[in-house]
Amino acid sequence: MDDAKPFAWPDDDISRVPYQVYTDAALYALEQERIFRGAAWNYVGLEAEVPNEGDFKTTYIGDAPIVVTRGADGVVNVMVNRCAHKGSLVCFKQRGNAPELTCVYHNWTYGLAGELTGVAFRRGVGGKGGLRASFDQKAHGLRRLRVETYRGLIFATFSNATPAFKDYAGPDMIAAMDRVLVKPLRVLGYHSQILPNNWKLYVENNKDSYHASLLHVFHNTFGVVRPTMGGGIKLGHDGWHHLSYTQREALADDHIGKEKVRSLQESYKLRDAAMMEHKLELGDLVTNSIQTIFPTLVVQQILNALATRQLIPKGPDRSELIWTILGFEGDDPDLHELRLKVNNLVGPAGLISMEDGCVGGWVQRAAKGDPAARSIMPMGEGVEPSEGSRITEAAVRGFWRGWRACMGI
Amino acid sequence: MDFDTDMTLLARLNALYAAWAHIVDDDRLEELPDLMTREGVYRVQTRENHELGLPLSLIYCDGADMLADRITAMRTANVFEPHVYCHAISAVAVTAREGAGWRARGNFTVARTMAEGETMIFACGRYFDHVVEVDGALKFRERVAILDSRRIDTLLVAPI
Repeated sequence: MDDAKPFAWPDDDISRVPYQVYTDAALYALEQERIFRGAAWNYVGLEAEVPNEGDFKTTYIGDAPIVVTRGADGVVNVMVNRCAHKGSLVCFKQRGNAPELTCVYHNWTYGLAGELTGVAFRRGVGGKGGLRASFDQKAHGLRRLRVETYRGLIFATFSNATPAFKDYAGPDMIAAMDRVLVKPLRVLGYHSQILPNNWKLYVENNKDSYHASLLHVFHNTFGVVRPTMGGGIKLGHDGWHHLSYTQREALADDHIGKEKVRSLQESYKLRDAAMMEHKLELGDLVTNSIQTIFPTLVVQQILNALATRQLIPKGPDRSELIWTILGFEGDDPDLHELRLKVNNLVGPAGLISMEDGCVGGWVQRAAKGDPAARSIMPMGEGVEPSEGSRITEAAVRGFWRGWRACMGI
Repeated sequence: MDFDTDMTLLARLNALYAAWAHIVDDDRLEELPDLMTREGVYRVQTRENHELGLPLSLIYCDGADMLADRITAMRTANVFEPHVYCHAISAVAVTAREGAGWRARGNFTVARTMAEGETMIFACGRYFDHVVEVDGALKFRERVAILDSRRIDTLLVAPI
């Protein structure tokens, strides 16, 4: 294994994935450099999480600790959460509000945009010690990242070469975000789920529209999604991103855009189907829309359950999935309550989504046994969008195209 | 007699908490809705959301029927590795009178053992409950499990 090419992709065939990519520590380290600290736009949170000057939140891009702030000018800043001095975390709280950021180790202080504003004992004590005269304070702020926001979502990149976010996402992905994120967002709460698997297995799972009605039996048993429902797959950026959506048949008394909550109770076997009601709020009959933005963001609409999911790798065989569950500002009390009930379907205890927490771990455990062996993904054609069928693995193959492009593999 | 000196009430409350723990740990979950009133609310929420004043729950059953549905889904639809829970319940107390019933609380620690034999502490936290008497038996009008453990390992399928 040399540094430039730690591994060669066998046969140049993205429909076959060598299990080594899920287990190899050297590849994991290279992903940090070439994807997370490389070409990608990474989702780090919502503008609604830092609405006021001085608000901050901490998160991660890959393994890199990140702090997001709202500056005095109203601008969102994203910085590496590491003191320029000795490398301690500057902010160790998850969120808060502060006029400046102070590293408690030696009391160095930073402005909300990351500029170094204070060095304790810079003049020493009694004329002795202190900062040497040649120290350039301006050159030692927090590492700032490029930032863009889109419809309330905050993205950051370490790269100056990466195209603007809209170009990175592409028109179909922008249209999908425009469809769901139609009003100012309101955070209803968070979930955190530890996945016993490599981060890429969860990304693949999201892009694998083939498994939805097979693994998630609740879909079929209780009538949320059936493989026969309409919908399709869209791809963005040469397949790096994807959208998988499902729409139900129009019913005689549907009035899209009208304030109607429908219960499809007759098709369920539940005693109380309140969690399956769907208020058509987005101007169409789409019941499920799962969108991935490379590398680790998911934007989700399942009935009226809206969320972002941010995946944080925690070593080759572990990841943390942060669910930020959303409503809109101005939701009326009925819709607010409906969202809280529909959220029984998603999250770590979600009646639909819980299986995604364990299935990646099963691949991870099996992959370990033979890193050179390969999976096979023969469903559908190439890296092509499809209309009317979700029985394809095109979006997963698209992910591997993006991964290989970033990694130079 | 005041609620906080009523040792009979406290003993009955302890018995109710124990009954819940035994039903879950014995995997007799179908009996769990019987410990709720018909309209009883069962929620599992993280301490993070609770303290931020955010309404989201991990599990939100608005009525015993929704709890029964969740158990039906677990039995018939959901896919997960076999595992069992063991609850340790402590510090059970009545904290106030409320309507015809009482506010009560207690601590829980839930160890999860997987089919392969490995045990981990899966969850710990506090119950905050509203308990009422129905036909001579104490039942939960509301049971809220607030989890200190914010990160859920893999998935949460059985009630806490």
